[in-house]
Amino acid sequence: MMMTWYAIDTWIVVVGCLAAVACALPGNFLVLRKMSMMGDAISHAVLPGLAIAFIVTGARASLTMFIAAAIVGVLTAVFTQWISKFGKVDRGASMGIVFTTLFALGLILIVRAADHVDLDPSCVLYGAIELTPLDVVWRPELFGQTLDVPRAALILAGVTLLNLLFIVIFFKELRISSFDPELATTMGINAGLMHYLLMTLVAITTVAAFEAVGSIIVIAMLITPAAAAHLLTDRLASMIVISVVLAMLSAVLGHLSALIVPGWFGYAGTSTAGMMAVMSGVIFAVVLLFAPRYGILKLGPARHSD
Amino acid sequence: MPDLADIYHVLLLRDYNTRLVVVCTLLLGCACGLMGGFLLLRKRSLMGDTLSHATLPGIGLAFIVSVTLGLEGKSLPVLLLGAVLSGVLGCWVVLLIRNHSRIKDDAAMGIVLSVFFGAGVAVLGVAQTMPAGSAAGLESFIYGKTASMVWGDFQILMAVTGAVLLLSILLFKEFRLLCFDEDFAAAQGWPVRWLDVLLLALVALVTVAGLQAVGLILIIAFLITPAAAARFWSERLDSMLILSAGIGAFSGWLGASVSAFFPRMPAGAVIVLVAAGCFLISMLLGKERGVLVRLYRHARLKRDIGRQHLLRALYEIIEADDPQVPEMAIRPVAFRQVRGRRTWSDSMLKRYMRQAYQAGLIEESGGEIITLTEAGLAEAAQVTRNHRLWEMYLIEYADVATSRVDRDADAVEHILGERMVATLEAKLMQLHEAGGPAVPVSPHPIRPVD
Repeated sequence: MMMTWYAIDTWIVVVGCLAAVACALPGNFLVLRKMSMMGDAISHAVLPGLAIAFIVTGARASLTMFIAAAIVGVLTAVFTQWISKFGKVDRGASMGIVFTTLFALGLILIVRAADHVDLDPSCVLYGAIELTPLDVVWRPELFGQTLDVPRAALILAGVTLLNLLFIVIFFKELRISSFDPELATTMGINAGLMHYLLMTLVAITTVAAFEAVGSIIVIAMLITPAAAAHLLTDRLASMIVISVVLAMLSAVLGHLSALIVPGWFGYAGTSTAGMMAVMSGVIFAVVLLFAPRYGILKLGPARHSD
Repeated sequence: MPDLADIYHVLLLRDYNTRLVVVCTLLLGCACGLMGGFLLLRKRSLMGDTLSHATLPGIGLAFIVSVTLGLEGKSLPVLLLGAVLSGVLGCWVVLLIRNHSRIKDDAAMGIVLSVFFGAGVAVLGVAQTMPAGSAAGLESFIYGKTASMVWGDFQILMAVTGAVLLLSILLFKEFRLLCFDEDFAAAQGWPVRWLDVLLLALVALVTVAGLQAVGLILIIAFLITPAAAARFWSERLDSMLILSAGIGAFSGWLGASVSAFFPRMPAGAVIVLVAAGCFLISMLLGKERGVLVRLYRHARLKRDIGRQHLLRALYEIIEADDPQVPEMAIRPVAFRQVRGRRTWSDSMLKRYMRQAYQAGLIEESGGEIITLTEAGLAEAAQVTRNHRLWEMYLIEYADVATSRVDRDADAVEHILGERMVATLEAKLMQLHEAGGPAVPVSPHPIRPVD
């Protein structure tokens, strides 16, 4: 099977890897805190933020929209926390109530303003990773060659760096407050503050990444690599490293399979974002079956408790 | 603004198109409310979210297969079948991951949601390149078309709602057991795994039937919000489910009607907002678990505890003054003496005294001298008796050290029910002198009064 590979494909893979890593980093803590659906919730809930920013400024200026979306993303986490705390409602349910309500609000705003606004709700759900290499903002010279660095690559690199810094700086606090919030409180760590900081980070990551590459990659990469890593190790540091490796692997395999797999059945290529999610699922399935200690087949030596 | 005649016209379902939309959303709200109740108790409210995203690859594959076979690609039954199959497969995978690994429900649902949805997008990407048949608009299948429902949608919704209602009535006992005590049900020999799959299959059926009619977000909200709202009003499963179905139906009716009044009001979104409004009201005012009720209960418990502490302090002071006298006599006690019995502030003690005075338990409030009334003495004796019975129980049966039993008993005695007290009496009185004093002697030395 012949396959043609262009410079564009390299950039798609690079952008995909950056998005995957940016999401996988905070994703570890979402999985450990049993808040995996937060990414999905935020990616739906930001609609009113986008709508308001667009109606107020009347332009698709991406910075205002980004800020508004990130604010609504954080609000989603805050409202979810309030409802589950004051109403004693299951966290999943309160998350669902908050994001459906916000989405409905955003939809009404958009439809009501449809006279003078051109904003397609579905553009929120489908960013297009295939189109990212076309938006070039920086052309550095490197070894006599001109690199066409796309905007998405720069943004996602920034977000990845931010997430990495946050995790390195607050590693101890994050670890203790994820596993044992009460212990964290007795040690003088503000578990509530850590929660909201983490949620802010998740909101920023989610919004930045789905604006660049679409929400499918975001939701998949927030959860799946981290969950697979959780099956492979008990140590938080190694879990994070493994999740980053698996996320990059999913991104690379995802783009390759988007180009190749449909060809087996006689079709042209298909959606890269979709296949990246599918590949992260395939990797998770392999890990789920064959993980030494926690896999279904339990291939590794059993742990002896003495 | 619509005038009154318009409102009347819509609310009474005079208009054919509106009537269809309103009745469809009402039925769907009812069925989703019912299923959502079970999901909420299983802590799987977001299953609707997962399920509705997981239908996408099934829809795409159904289209590709039927076009390849030379059939009409977009025929509704074929797409629905594909959607149900891949939805049920998604649920099964969630259960598989959750039952066979350390991955929890939430992560399992998230993985299935994103991976299936990604697969769906990839499959649709392929379908769009197919020469025969137009795949355009397939993805809008899951985003619904609330305002333009047709007679066919109504028939499907009728059938699904009927089936769901019937099955949940027939299997009510089994589902209740599954929701409240899965392990017990398994130990009793119920096929728990299969019941779980059946319950989720019913949810899948409702989801898919509703999906193409009203869209993803409304279905997700319908499966969560009415049930969560109903939970504030009742602790009983049957009344909670009925209420949840009722709130779902009400939101569907009101939301669809309101959206018919105004131009460019998406019905699905308005229904979601109505349901969210019902949730907020329930969260505040709910009879069983509402915020206000819980605040009130907490305040009342605090008040009762304060009064009981005051009465017991008075009783023990009187008792310590004259332990020889078998009959307790009412005697005035100095405020300062009571104040020294516990760590309470002047203002707290004064508040408790005022409340006790209003309840007719002490003679006057505010003075430096506190005197019990007849009724006050009786209740003080009762309170002290409960405290000591509980202390003795802790010493006899829970091996609590005598020196710290006072503190431990304090934590629970205020919520002892009458039956509990009767049991304690039966257990303890035979241990000690039968027919002893009405209030047993304290098992530990009472702190000297300063």
